[in-house]
Amino acid sequence: MTELPNSTDRKMGLVIDLDTCVGCHACVISCKGWNTENYGAPLSDQNPYGGDPSGTFLNRVHSYEVQPEQGHAQLIHFPKSCLHCEDAPCVTVCPTGASYKRVEDGIVLVNEDHCIGCGLCAWSCPYGARELDLAEGVMKKCTLCVDRIYNENLPEVDRIPSCVRTCPAGARHFGDLGDPDSDVSKLVAERGGMDLMPELGTKPVNKYLPPRPKDTIEEEIDILAPLLAPVAEEPQGFMGWLDKALDKLPGGAN
Amino acid sequence: MTHQQPILDTSPKVSDEIRKTTCYMCACRCGINVHMKNGKVAYIEGNRDHPVNKGVLCAKGSAGIMQVNAPSRLKAPMLRTGPRGSGQFKEITWDEALAIAVGWLEPVRHEAPEQLAFFTGRDQSQSFTSFWAQSYGTPNYAAHGGFCSVNMATAGIYTMGGAFWEFGQPDWEHTKLFLLFGVAEDHDSNPIKMGIGKIKKRGARVIGVNPIRSGYNAIADDWVGITPGTDGLFILSMIHVLMKAGKIDLDYLSRYTNAPVLVNASEGPEKGLLMRDADGKMLVIDRNTGKLTPFDQPGVRPDLSAVYEKDGVTHRPVFHQMAERYLADEYAPEAVADKCGIPAKRIRAIAGELARVAFDEAFELDHEWTDFRGEKHTKMIGRPVAMHSMRGVSAHANGFQTCRALHVLQILLGTVEVPGGFRFKPPYPKPVEAHPTPHCKSTPDTPLDGPHLGFVRGPEHLALKEDGSPARIDKAFTWENPMSAHGLMHMVISNAHAGDPYKIDTLFMYMANMSWNSSMNTKGVMEMLTDKDENGDYKIPHIIYSDAYSSEMVAFADLILPDTTYLERHDCISLLDRPICEADAAADAIRWPVIEPDRDVRGFQTVLIQLANRMKLPGFTNEDRTAKWKDYADYIVNHERKPGIGPLSGFRGEDGSKTGRGEVNPEQLNQYIENGGFHVAHIPEGADYYKPWNTAYQDWAVGMGLYDSPQPYLFQLYVEPMRKFQLAAEGHGERQPPEHLRQRVKDVMDPLPIWYETDQQGNEGFTVNALTQRPMAMYHSWGTQNAWLRQLHGRNPLYVPTKLMRENNLQDGDWAKITSPHGEITVPVMEMAALNDNTVWTWNAIGKRKGAWALEEDAPEATKGFLLNHLIHELLPAKGDGMRWANSDPITGQAAWFDLKVKIEKAAAPSDMQESQPAFPAQESPVGTGPKELKWKVGK
Repeated sequence: MTELPNSTDRKMGLVIDLDTCVGCHACVISCKGWNTENYGAPLSDQNPYGGDPSGTFLNRVHSYEVQPEQGHAQLIHFPKSCLHCEDAPCVTVCPTGASYKRVEDGIVLVNEDHCIGCGLCAWSCPYGARELDLAEGVMKKCTLCVDRIYNENLPEVDRIPSCVRTCPAGARHFGDLGDPDSDVSKLVAERGGMDLMPELGTKPVNKYLPPRPKDTIEEEIDILAPLLAPVAEEPQGFMGWLDKALDKLPGGAN
Repeated sequence: MTHQQPILDTSPKVSDEIRKTTCYMCACRCGINVHMKNGKVAYIEGNRDHPVNKGVLCAKGSAGIMQVNAPSRLKAPMLRTGPRGSGQFKEITWDEALAIAVGWLEPVRHEAPEQLAFFTGRDQSQSFTSFWAQSYGTPNYAAHGGFCSVNMATAGIYTMGGAFWEFGQPDWEHTKLFLLFGVAEDHDSNPIKMGIGKIKKRGARVIGVNPIRSGYNAIADDWVGITPGTDGLFILSMIHVLMKAGKIDLDYLSRYTNAPVLVNASEGPEKGLLMRDADGKMLVIDRNTGKLTPFDQPGVRPDLSAVYEKDGVTHRPVFHQMAERYLADEYAPEAVADKCGIPAKRIRAIAGELARVAFDEAFELDHEWTDFRGEKHTKMIGRPVAMHSMRGVSAHANGFQTCRALHVLQILLGTVEVPGGFRFKPPYPKPVEAHPTPHCKSTPDTPLDGPHLGFVRGPEHLALKEDGSPARIDKAFTWENPMSAHGLMHMVISNAHAGDPYKIDTLFMYMANMSWNSSMNTKGVMEMLTDKDENGDYKIPHIIYSDAYSSEMVAFADLILPDTTYLERHDCISLLDRPICEADAAADAIRWPVIEPDRDVRGFQTVLIQLANRMKLPGFTNEDRTAKWKDYADYIVNHERKPGIGPLSGFRGEDGSKTGRGEVNPEQLNQYIENGGFHVAHIPEGADYYKPWNTAYQDWAVGMGLYDSPQPYLFQLYVEPMRKFQLAAEGHGERQPPEHLRQRVKDVMDPLPIWYETDQQGNEGFTVNALTQRPMAMYHSWGTQNAWLRQLHGRNPLYVPTKLMRENNLQDGDWAKITSPHGEITVPVMEMAALNDNTVWTWNAIGKRKGAWALEEDAPEATKGFLLNHLIHELLPAKGDGMRWANSDPITGQAAWFDLKVKIEKAAAPSDMQESQPAFPAQESPVGTGPKELKWKVGK
């Protein structure tokens, strides 16, 4: 019902490193703080001190356990926010034109003045990345901090999304994924960055860097074992080795 | 609809002003930019210039705005009107509150100052709070280290003059292998995350040793799901493998440790002590000459191998004893694998990786330096293996020796204070000799005879009265726990209630939730706080408590002195106690009131000054009886610990141009504020590694006022003070342990690291380990279930490994009864696969009591939430010997939280079960509950 632009000048987005994300939720709360105070309506909280607290968040971290065929189970922290899809179903489904994708950078936004809070976009988003703010009755979603990344009132170094600026582990990266020479595109190429549910054809801009293989140290024992060959079988032999070894030190006899 | 875009203002005004101060959402002490709009806090972000966090900020830090706005904030001083525990209070004025407090404190000081027990849950103004307590004259003062991580801190000081976190950090720039023991989230919150991110980026390996694979362990390249309490055995096994293979740094050991120092082998009162010359200098054999010589002489090459024969006795170096002990088969991987729950092959592989990285990936930095023997070195040799650990391995009854073992492992690899390894942060390194000993002599109307807390060198420093009974209410520095350098806050209430070793009059606490998540045996502690004697008087007659929030402890106090939030106060994060230094720099910081309180509250330190001024405590009073300081800010600027040395090291001297030592500068706080709330003094290149032995560093430290003279020292692989306690237990010396402790002192005070079972007698049938951890978004955070953070962690199921779920026919959402020798709880369970097979765990301190923290009574924290504390007693199960033994480390008194053993059984169906058990009736809230909706925007 709402058209997407034919193309965008840039494809700004996030690259999230699942090998490094410790699941600390720093990005979640920094996002909540910035976007409560900035773009559009504040992110409200219902029953904030009560039995079933629920608030609007534009970014959440989920944790999943993964059981490999062999070896120990693993825990993956998975931050999730709007992926700013090239073929964003949340835009095309919007009855009022409130949801739109920006031509200059590809950011998907909601024009809150035109949003009627019908929720169609949230229903159409396969990633569950949109949340209806219950106090304001408008749809909220990641803006990629559109009010930071060009903001001339901020020092240049801070013109990045608040989640990226705050991430203590450095697991979040921001840049133009449409430019193959950008740092983020190179990172995606080096680390085998992945689309989330590519089979749906939404062409998400955000990418995830997969965790590196884990629990491999026992497989390296063949390389490591020679390092651990005993210097002697008997304790007396150890002292003999010690004497020789001490002589080999700088300033020693040999 | 065709594509259309509204016009957007992409450069909106961000804020009116940025005020830079120090976070206090946890103990990590990051720099924050507080964005102000219309005089209110609008947004908080990390300060890019700050040495701790360099711009990043965790969830806690960003949620600080909700702490400052929390409905649980106390509003005014309060006096109890209902029975203790009810939560019934009336508001009073500060004048009344201070008068009541002085009315209790002053007579005690005149008659028996030890009858005040003053304990603070937070220890970051410890140099000030201990100064107050000393001036008052009570021996009963400490902070919370006794139930936190005293094992790590103390083992580090005794072994190498510092431990982790505030003492030092991995060399993140160079390390290639990082071993993390027992840490899921940590005190050093953001720096560890930043460091792990940095080293993973360059492909360094991270190995996590932890029964639970969450947090940092989730992203570790290799996870070692160890059996709780066996870390020491695992480490000693790696030491066995490395020593046996000769993969140890002999040059480093001979130069910088006491490995070559000779141990006296003559029978008698000096057996096992280090041999010394007439000046007290430790003796080694010089490999050049074969002669006995003091360790520190120019040109000496201390011999790790040679022995010294005299009068038919062979005195051997420490290293011989280490070889004899650790080469023994009992430490072979195959011998320990089952106990540790780690296959022998895996132990060997990790030891092999340590050896490979430490020696095959060694590197050099072209930094010249001169050691304390006067030898010049043209290079610094890097061994890029770093380790970190904290509470997980500490909170066991074998924690001290385990922490010792960990430090010894690092030292054997030669990776402490070298490039790529572990690096100290000023004012560390600092040997035991540079620390005070404990002081406990209290006299009416007189200050204590010295600092309360310190490091004992032998039995002569125990805090005992002339009759041998404990001088302190927490029995710190007694034969039960001789090296309790942080005190035993977790024993204060039970000892005071029992009148053992004596009764007290007033319990005065700050930021310590002792009636809830900070105590073992929570229900019992609540009963102790409300228990009355035969006259109907409370057994603990007066309780004064200071807190910013309506915590569970508030209801149990008689007088409440409400504190401010961290954005409304002055603080100093001082080189005199626990500064924010980096390995490359000395640094300290302040907090200042970026907003003024909108309630009738005062910063606790200011209140202490006001109390001191009313009592005219000596340290706070001029000769003409006038007060030295009117508030904490005044103290921070004008107090001098020694001439020229005060709480803050930066901007000293009349014009603010001096660093470290210098006259008082009245503009100091303003200059800190202008500088972003902190001050940094960099260590010169060439002084930045090998600090304990590096002349350039030692001279720099003296100039900064960290030491009064250079303090080079040797790492203590063999801790002689421990041997002195063993000698006493063997019958030597005047101070003798009581008979029932004699054998234990002999066994546990081993001067070389050992491992022993913590499996408590009386635990038969309780076979499952039970642990807690705090979530990253709440670690070490003080305060309310913040509106944003509780949406992340408002529930705490008991996480149960797959095997135990199956065995007990449990499914997610079921309830289980968890029983320990001490008690039982009934709680919801959830399966977790990435978990040691025989360990259950939960998030600590999510469970709240109804009525506390301004939460509504149906809050999940108060209904489904729970504490494991109900299962843990401050005393061990009875052994049948007629004694009750403390559930603490026998060396330091560290609370052994993680020795808990339980059994699990399925409980009633969820529909029958509304609340976790035990459930307690609601406390009356002095602040009501919070609003039903938050729609927060300061700028509109």
